[in-house]
Amino acid sequence: MIRLTEVSKYFGEKRALGPISFEISPGGAVGFLGLNGAGKTTLLRILTTDLRSSTGEVEIGGINVVTSPHEVRKRVGYLPETPPLYRDMTVGEYLKFVGRIKGISPDSVSDRVREVEEYTQLTDVHWEFTRNLSHGYRQRVGIAQAMIHKPELLILDEPTKGLDPVQVLELRALIIRLKEEHTILVSSHVLSEISQTCDRVFVLNAGELIASGTEEEISANLAGTYRIMLGVRMTADTQAAGLTHFVRRLPDITSVELIQHDDPLLTLSIQSTTDCRAHLNRSLVKAGHDVVRLELDSNDLESLFVELLGHKVN
Amino acid sequence: MDTKSTEMNGLRVIFRREINAYLHSYVGYIVAATVLMLDGLLFYTQALGPAAGERLSGEVLARFFYTASGLTAIAALVLSVRLIAEERQLGTQVLLNTSPVRDWEIVTGKFSAALVFITGITLSTLYMPLMIVVNGRVSIAQILVGYAGLVLLGAAVLAIGIFATSLTRSQLVATAVGAAVTAVMFLFWPLSMVVDPPMSRVLSALALHGRHFSGFQQGLLHTRDVFYYFAVTYFFLLLATKVLEAKRWE
Repeated sequence: MIRLTEVSKYFGEKRALGPISFEISPGGAVGFLGLNGAGKTTLLRILTTDLRSSTGEVEIGGINVVTSPHEVRKRVGYLPETPPLYRDMTVGEYLKFVGRIKGISPDSVSDRVREVEEYTQLTDVHWEFTRNLSHGYRQRVGIAQAMIHKPELLILDEPTKGLDPVQVLELRALIIRLKEEHTILVSSHVLSEISQTCDRVFVLNAGELIASGTEEEISANLAGTYRIMLGVRMTADTQAAGLTHFVRRLPDITSVELIQHDDPLLTLSIQSTTDCRAHLNRSLVKAGHDVVRLELDSNDLESLFVELLGHKVN
Repeated sequence: MDTKSTEMNGLRVIFRREINAYLHSYVGYIVAATVLMLDGLLFYTQALGPAAGERLSGEVLARFFYTASGLTAIAALVLSVRLIAEERQLGTQVLLNTSPVRDWEIVTGKFSAALVFITGITLSTLYMPLMIVVNGRVSIAQILVGYAGLVLLGAAVLAIGIFATSLTRSQLVATAVGAAVTAVMFLFWPLSMVVDPPMSRVLSALALHGRHFSGFQQGLLHTRDVFYYFAVTYFFLLLATKVLEAKRWE
């Protein structure tokens, strides 16, 4: 759905981004993680056509953002860091204005405003002037305006910035719901935000893309190996030493460590050069073992992020 | 919806939003009240003052249009310099930039709303020339042509102001740039009288007031003058559109 090829952005002589290249498939949520000034907002502004890249090509849904920005804008909804609200309009008037400017017909715009207000829980403040809203409500109006024209791609720049913990939880739940209908790009420097809402992560540092993938993939790439946690239910025939020996002999496995040996569960930490979970499962089941847990073990995102930046600095 | 109607949709929506903004903001009312008050005071001194009795009705009307033109220009500048700079200050420009509307629709949508507002203010002074019609001898044509001149001059200054406001996020800087460009174009007329040809001809042809407005004051409609104000308006609106486009590359 999104393809960037050698994209960079310069402000005068200063390079703010790139050159970076990546592709994002439709569906789910992708997080852009990076410290302040990492180039997240610049990247998102290029994707929304608010800013043009200095070099490279950007395509969204196969449409070039420079040659056909108009078409791209119909497919993209954008919540910038500060919601773009007109202070002299009520929530209802504002959403109607945005709906109309995004191309919704006059006949259907009122119905659509009602729908998004219900979806984002804004019905109560329909008649309120936007200048009188709390920060949490403003963010919700910002999301409502971004989704009003049913875009395929929703881009949210630091959506939880400045919210209190309750508002963060509410907005996080809203973003998770939005994932069902839109492809979502979220930028944040708050690690837990990305970790809890996104399926994939792109890590930016000083305008460069330094890692991408799921948390598990980033973890594996960082260490050069995959760490797999294996849980097997003990039976009369299962012996810890025998199981460890069996697993170690399988292809791509470099080491096996017994982590836990509590009846009836045996837990092993396995290091492998590939993600060999499917093969491992087949072999164990074939050998008569009851596999109850088989997953990639990721470090938490916070330590990964620090480690990544540490690598870069070094 | 075909392409053309989609484009017109953006212009229409922005136009409506801007008109509502004028009606909901005190800036619009303050500008309207100030212009009407000053126009009224100046008209009083010209039409009913001590020297009024010695002047012909047509001359009083010409003087009214002369003073009204200055006030219209100032009002147009005050209304226009906030139009885009304010969007940038409030962060709402990004909404327009990322919506399926063209830069020219943003510029012309704002311009046409401001023009309707300034035309409304200008036409609110109509009772003053009508008083001359009642008490003196002037032609309706002179009144109509005079108002056409005021609207054309207002449009040209609005376009200059919109160009100025497209350059910056600071309303103060936009005001300074807009006022400077307008003042220089006004001063071309007196300057043209003190320099030698061919420079004098160039300056008088470019002057925002003087040569091009004097005909409207007298009730004389010259195609040349109408074309001039259209050209100035188009030129500065085009510049503003190009500036908005260029800002994306900055």
